[in-house]
Amino acid sequence: MAEIVVYRKRGFASLVMLLIGVALGVAGYLITMLNQYGKLADGWFVGPAIWAVVALVAWAVVRWRLPYADPLLLPSVVALNGIGMAMIYRLDQSSTPVMHSADLQLMWAIGSVATLCAVVFFLRDHRRLQRFTYLWFIAGMVLLLMPLMPGLGAESHGAQIWIRIGQFSFQPAEIAKIVLSIAFAAYLTEKRDVLALAGHRFVGIDLPRARDLGPILIMWGTSLIVLVFEKDLGTALLFFGLFVMMLYVATERPSWALLGFLMLIAMGVLGYAAFDHVRVRFESWLTPFDDYGRNLQVINAQFGLASGGLFGTGWGQGRPYLTPLSKNDFISAAIGEELGLVGLFAVILIFLVIVARVLRASLASREPFGKLLAAGLAFVFALQVFVIIGGVTRLLPLTGLTTPFVSQGGSSLISNYLLLGLMLTITHQVRHPQVQVPTDEFATFTTDRTEQMATVGAVGAVASARAATARDDANERLGARPDPDALDAPTEFVSEASGAGVGASQTNASADAPTELVGGQPSGRPASESPWQPDASDAKPSAWASLNDDEPGEETQALDPLDVPVKDEEADK
Amino acid sequence: MNGPIRKVSVLVMVMFLALMVNMSYSYVFRTESLRSDPNNRRVRDAEFGTDRGDILVGNTPVATSSAVNDRYQFQRKYPQGTLYAPVTGYFSFMYVSSALEQSQNQALTGQSDAQFLQRMVDTATGKTPVGATVQTTLDARAQRAAYSALGDRPGAVVAMDYSTGAVLAMVSTPSYDPNQLASHDLTASQKAWSSLTNNSDQPMLNRSAKNVYPPGSTFKLVTSAAALTDGMSSSSMIPAGKSYRLPNSTAVINNADDCGGSSITLAQALKTSCNTAYAQLGVRLGDDKIRAQAQKFGFGATQLADIGAVASRFPANPDAAQTAMSAIGQFEVAATPLQMCMVAAGVANDGVVMEPYIVSQVRGADLNVLSNHNPRQLSVAMSATDARQLQQMMVGVVQGGTGTRAQISGVTVGGKTGTARSDGKRPPYAWFVAWANDPKVAVAVFVQDSGATTAETSGGRFAGPIAKRVIEALR
Repeated sequence: MAEIVVYRKRGFASLVMLLIGVALGVAGYLITMLNQYGKLADGWFVGPAIWAVVALVAWAVVRWRLPYADPLLLPSVVALNGIGMAMIYRLDQSSTPVMHSADLQLMWAIGSVATLCAVVFFLRDHRRLQRFTYLWFIAGMVLLLMPLMPGLGAESHGAQIWIRIGQFSFQPAEIAKIVLSIAFAAYLTEKRDVLALAGHRFVGIDLPRARDLGPILIMWGTSLIVLVFEKDLGTALLFFGLFVMMLYVATERPSWALLGFLMLIAMGVLGYAAFDHVRVRFESWLTPFDDYGRNLQVINAQFGLASGGLFGTGWGQGRPYLTPLSKNDFISAAIGEELGLVGLFAVILIFLVIVARVLRASLASREPFGKLLAAGLAFVFALQVFVIIGGVTRLLPLTGLTTPFVSQGGSSLISNYLLLGLMLTITHQVRHPQVQVPTDEFATFTTDRTEQMATVGAVGAVASARAATARDDANERLGARPDPDALDAPTEFVSEASGAGVGASQTNASADAPTELVGGQPSGRPASESPWQPDASDAKPSAWASLNDDEPGEETQALDPLDVPVKDEEADK
Repeated sequence: MNGPIRKVSVLVMVMFLALMVNMSYSYVFRTESLRSDPNNRRVRDAEFGTDRGDILVGNTPVATSSAVNDRYQFQRKYPQGTLYAPVTGYFSFMYVSSALEQSQNQALTGQSDAQFLQRMVDTATGKTPVGATVQTTLDARAQRAAYSALGDRPGAVVAMDYSTGAVLAMVSTPSYDPNQLASHDLTASQKAWSSLTNNSDQPMLNRSAKNVYPPGSTFKLVTSAAALTDGMSSSSMIPAGKSYRLPNSTAVINNADDCGGSSITLAQALKTSCNTAYAQLGVRLGDDKIRAQAQKFGFGATQLADIGAVASRFPANPDAAQTAMSAIGQFEVAATPLQMCMVAAGVANDGVVMEPYIVSQVRGADLNVLSNHNPRQLSVAMSATDARQLQQMMVGVVQGGTGTRAQISGVTVGGKTGTARSDGKRPPYAWFVAWANDPKVAVAVFVQDSGATTAETSGGRFAGPIAKRVIEALR
């Protein structure tokens, strides 16, 4: 029997964490100022004030539109972004004349938060993205290969992963990682059953059928093009890794993961054997000190980390400016130098918090598209952090990717806030209460202010209407095809077994009445939602309840005070 | 799908752990080699950005740091750069440092062991650490007199208080301006460096202590000391003559002028700087005795570690002819001006050679003395009786010999001229070593290119007056 988790909104906790996140960045900024000039400059409070307001606006919009969104995601991002801006400010002080790229970065942060608010306001349900699978896919591929277009692509430090239009330069991989995550999730939701069909069995592993190899070969070829022509190992690894991982998650076949891994090695060997620049990259990685001129950046980053030691030199007291590109690719080295090993670990752990929260949402999600998308976004984000910080610290060959939320650069920041918007949307959908028992006829006539989102809401409710009838996993998966019209007409689809214990007897899985009980709510609770108000589940139940003069807020009380979704134990087969 | 997602989560966890493990590994095992990497600008920057202490001559700083508003925060300045460059050395970002800037680096940056407590206090109180002040033994009057007396001729002057070993003047010409190398404009400092190092006049070479030259006739002091120690006296008669054919050789030594007969006293030989007499004396004494005497004066050992003076040398296994040449300061005998100054000082100090030093005191930022130099005896080169005889012989050189240009009324001055033929192509080196009893000072003057031809008297003519001016400046 599944335990039912009702997530608390945790709005206040989120606010407190957000303020701590803001404080981290502001403290870095002010300490830098004190250490560099011995006093706070005139108007020192302007930047921090703007940043605090921006963060609070983001928080408020997220609370308003996605009240159940994960409470830690936004504070984590605010902390990272704040630390990043403080470090950019710190590096500004070391140029002569003093630069103002931190001001610009704050402008971009404002723009990014505006983007986030737009996503949060308009999207609300990630399942709207499930349509246009192939459009997403084509768009992602175009973005990925865009830097190769003559006249558009620009080479920077040996890697051609930028496009430049006039003054504006942009790393399309930043957007591509989101677009392709959506494309893969949509595609695999649709095709995973076919791809999961096994071909031959070899040494205990079910190999995929040869005819299903098309997609992975396409991705492999694309990644190879990226490696060979864009000359960036990190980008190639990022996208091929993303696809293989999502394929594995969708099909649950380790053979895909194994195949992907072998193809990755093949790609590396091929690149190493055939192309000098790949060889150079590897040599720069393994023996950087053989060529100071060529590996100036990565060697300098090592010097910086070494001079930072365990606790760092302190804000504004190290020499991170000696490393070229210290505001972009090497900002993690700058953090390691001034905040020490400890500070850099903390930053890495903040990244890990984000990844963990989204993966957790993925585990708890009750429909395959959200599950895949959440897992994909979390993984691609983790992989990016791993590849860039690993490159800076000599764990991996160096790559030209940015450090999400921390590096300088408007396009990167906006893309990553876009990603955050998606993550928040998914976590909201996963965490908001799923259970409404249609017993109150008055509810039918009650309007809700989110009614304007009826279409989305309908999908949300439908999606949440999980028919937990299937005990047999195979049966269940076959039944899990999303209706192509799901977004327009409320038809139910079954995502996966939610645990046999959630009895079929309680289920009323019908297209006409797409509401049902998933799991056992406390009996006798006032149910104020109507089956004809499909987005009621999406609304604020507490406000709703009080509107109806019912016992206020009862629905929102946590049944599991630990806020831990344990349900997925049973959801797993 | 949750099974695979869990496995992916584990993979993500492993990835992040790998990052942290790798960084920890780097921290534990790579930090040391990274910090000692000569290309690590951070380490040099950190040193370059400290408030270094002053180097003082008397009460005047000849190297000092002042706060500037750039990334290094402190600019090293040398108010009389060219004059004191051989002593202060330079402190440069790209080319590290030299001379006292190098040897006293720890004290100047506040990193010496004696400043440990001060460092702790500064750290605790949040004060910027300030380096210690290095007090030199130099006398500005002697230094200036020597520098201006040398003028634009390449050469060197070393003067020291022979009773203590304190170096009073150390001049090398042509000199250079260390301010150029200390510049925070790294391009300018690079340019200055390449123009200085490519200059054939070698302005950055400290001729007084960092290079050896054939000492010529000034080495006859050492041969004389060996002879006196061997039992002779200043009035002992030794064979001289107009010319002397070297043993087992066809080569012949000639004198510039008549020494005063075929057999003359030792004092007369020194007075006239008689080559034939000293060559024969050298053969008679043998190379071992001369070498032993030279080593007692300091030959064969590095001196004045603060400056890094090189060792002067006497050939290891000369045959009779080579010994004859060595006895008159030719063949492979080579000495620094500092070493020849020590010879004169040892003689003047009744045979006791004092260890030369140039840093008298190191004072912390709070003016308490961190270290103090007490005069130390280096060796006893000869007995006091012998030394006094040699003193009289040297006085004779100044009063009526080759060194008359160094006479100072009212002061007893002893000296010895030297003119060393180098390779025959260059003009001969002009030397003059001297001492005066008031003030107690020994001086060695070396003029690398006096502009003269091969006249035996050039040592007295060109180097003598310089020694005189240095001694007079100290009165």
